[in-house]
Amino acid sequence: MSDDLKILEDVANSEYKWGFVSNIESDNAPKGLNEDIVRFISAKKNEPEWLLEYRLKAFRHWQTMTEPVWPNVTYPKVDFQDIIYYSAPKPKVQLDSLDDLDPEIKATFDKLGISLEEQKRLANVAVDAVIDSVSVKTTFRETLLEKGIIFSSFSEAVHEHPELVKKYLGSVVPYTDNFYAALNAAVFSDGSFCYIPKGVRCPMELSTYFRINSAGTGQFERTLIIADEGSYVSYLEGCTAPMRDENQLHAAVVEIVSHAEAQVKYSTVQNWYPGDKEGKGGIFNFVTKRGICLGNKSKISWTQVETGSAVTWKYPSVILKGDNSVGEFYSVAVTNNMQQADTGTKMIHIGKNTSSTIISKGISGGRSHNSYRGLVKINKSADNARNFSQCDSLLLGDQCGAHTFPYLEVSNKSAKVEHEATTSKVGEDQIFYCNQRGISTEDAVGLIVNGYCKEVFNQLPMEFAVEAQKLLAISLEGSVG
Amino acid sequence: MLTIKDLKASVEEKQILNGLNFEVKPGEVHAIMGPNGSGKSTLASVLAGREEYEVTGGEVMFNGEDLLEMNPEDRARAGVFLAFQYPVEIPGVSNANFLKTAVNEVRKSKGLEALDSKQFLKIMQEKMKLVEMDKAMTQRSVNEGFSGGEKKRNEIFQMAMLEPSLAILDETDSGLDIDALRIVANGVNALRDGKRSFIVITHYQRLLDYIVPDFVHVLYKGRIVKSGTKDLALELEEKGYDWIKEEVDATLNA
Ligand SMILES: Nc1ncnc2c1ncn2[C@@H]1O[C@H](COP(=O)(O)OP(=O)(O)OP(=O)(O)O)[C@@H](O)[C@H]1O
Ligand SMILES: [Mg+2]
Repeated sequence: MSDDLKILEDVANSEYKWGFVSNIESDNAPKGLNEDIVRFISAKKNEPEWLLEYRLKAFRHWQTMTEPVWPNVTYPKVDFQDIIYYSAPKPKVQLDSLDDLDPEIKATFDKLGISLEEQKRLANVAVDAVIDSVSVKTTFRETLLEKGIIFSSFSEAVHEHPELVKKYLGSVVPYTDNFYAALNAAVFSDGSFCYIPKGVRCPMELSTYFRINSAGTGQFERTLIIADEGSYVSYLEGCTAPMRDENQLHAAVVEIVSHAEAQVKYSTVQNWYPGDKEGKGGIFNFVTKRGICLGNKSKISWTQVETGSAVTWKYPSVILKGDNSVGEFYSVAVTNNMQQADTGTKMIHIGKNTSSTIISKGISGGRSHNSYRGLVKINKSADNARNFSQCDSLLLGDQCGAHTFPYLEVSNKSAKVEHEATTSKVGEDQIFYCNQRGISTEDAVGLIVNGYCKEVFNQLPMEFAVEAQKLLAISLEGSVG
Repeated sequence: MLTIKDLKASVEEKQILNGLNFEVKPGEVHAIMGPNGSGKSTLASVLAGREEYEVTGGEVMFNGEDLLEMNPEDRARAGVFLAFQYPVEIPGVSNANFLKTAVNEVRKSKGLEALDSKQFLKIMQEKMKLVEMDKAMTQRSVNEGFSGGEKKRNEIFQMAMLEPSLAILDETDSGLDIDALRIVANGVNALRDGKRSFIVITHYQRLLDYIVPDFVHVLYKGRIVKSGTKDLALELEEKGYDWIKEEVDATLNA
């Protein structure tokens, strides 16, 4: 983030260079989904024929599929014909000053300690000094361009680097993978594309934060990250500012390809609207995230802090194909009030001497349900594979539920697999101890839970970790009692 | 400063404090002794506001305010500090972070600015010297993996950081080696400034050689049954509690 801040500063001090305004006619597709809608989306985005074909194949396949019912979550059935699958990116409503901002969002900004300048930027306040994300991005991109790094919106990449997109799109998450992946492949709106060339270490954390129109692309986001041999990138998804979205269903797909000796670190903070205390409203977040370690010694780490959404269904996974490759999954999933989360990971060991680590911390408060679901699969070919899994659940009350579903499939005798699981409650003793030092119960719970999640937060880039901690405290408000 | 009148309290339907009277004036050091299970820790818990302990009668005034009406964090912010007999571990939360949160909460309640990291660090270093605490300890998780003696020393360190007006030390001396005992006592003595008051709960008169009390009280069956000066502690050391128990039980049965 410090790099990002530097860029912000640089941009603020430099002139506005390439101010371009995307001029998209503001028509929406009619409600519902059929082949015409898929064609409509593709045409709107001026896509090449091969991509339309890809979308159509995905759509036809999706029609043969049914919604998965195995996750440990319940929610009203989604009517897929009642959704608008294409709406032109709308400019955000401009506010005259921060005083016009929803007080609740303003309060959250303050609690997160987001600077006033940044608040204005996030809330789209019309002020001369406000840094336009387009120009920020331009400067940002120049720095990257010098190193040959491509970081752009998915749509841009389709036009500017069709060979890369064509080669890798669907190579990790094929549209046949699952119901939501198929839906996404058919109707994805936009997302990010990132390519790190051979031997290049990306000098800054790449953040979706800096993407144009990112707010409008949330519903069916598509992300593709390719790290060529010996490269390194740390990628941040999401931002910790409060996110409101009218789209109830979110079905994103993220694909990561890590070549030999390349490393990809992917960090997410997800705080979509969780619904109110009674569980009304809120986002359904059904995400497919998967990475493949293609070559020798490649590495992929997922770190996620999940505090939002009404229903979350998400299993960032790693296919350890290359020998000596490494997969990691660090997760904090917080559920409060009526939230439900079914999240975890899959580590698929194929190469020799592959190793994976899973650290999952589930925290449940209110009447929420929090499930860890993880698969460790050691193929016959994976000699000397190793896995360590630790799944801890913390209960903040007695009306919430924590569940653990570890699956283990070992087909190679040389595998070493360790699994540890604990369930605990925030101790009255701990809270009282904090109280006795002048710390309120709410702050005490925040402190204790943050301590509990330390191993995961340690994996996050520093600035992100600080905000994630504050976010955690906010989402735990009223969780005990 | 602290006035306790006819305090009655019970835990899990069992009456532990049976009409306790007690007064502490600014700057005084009171030692409370008494047999196991007589209610010393219960008294400390009730003063600190622990929920499981139900106050069934009496009143406690602290600097003119009704202490029993306040929630535990407000009592702490008002200057009541309890060094726990069994300090709690908080994994993953560094001692420094914990204390910074606590100190700034207390400051906030007094309308003072929060300390930034640099200011905090400076104060912390001063106080660490006071209890001869190792720097590494401040970076470790609160009490996690601390030895019994280290936990007790950490309580005194926290007290030094929070600068309460009334400190209640519940058997802070038990489990300390000779050197640690001296260090803890020095820490307490350094904080004696003629205004700050202490209630020192202990089983051993040895501590009172280091922290010389103004008064010594015996708590038995939920009441203060005898009060005196430091000499009372010596007498107890020599004779045990039987003679007091007999006296009390005789009057109770009368
Ligand atoms: N949470 C509790 N639940 C049940 N009984 C309790 C509880 N806390 C205290 N008691 C009982 O209350 C009585 C007084 O306990 P307390 O801890 O106050 O004694 P004490 O004087 O501090 O003893 P010691 O010298 O051993 O520390 C004991 O009989 C104890 O078992
Ligand atoms: Mg006791």
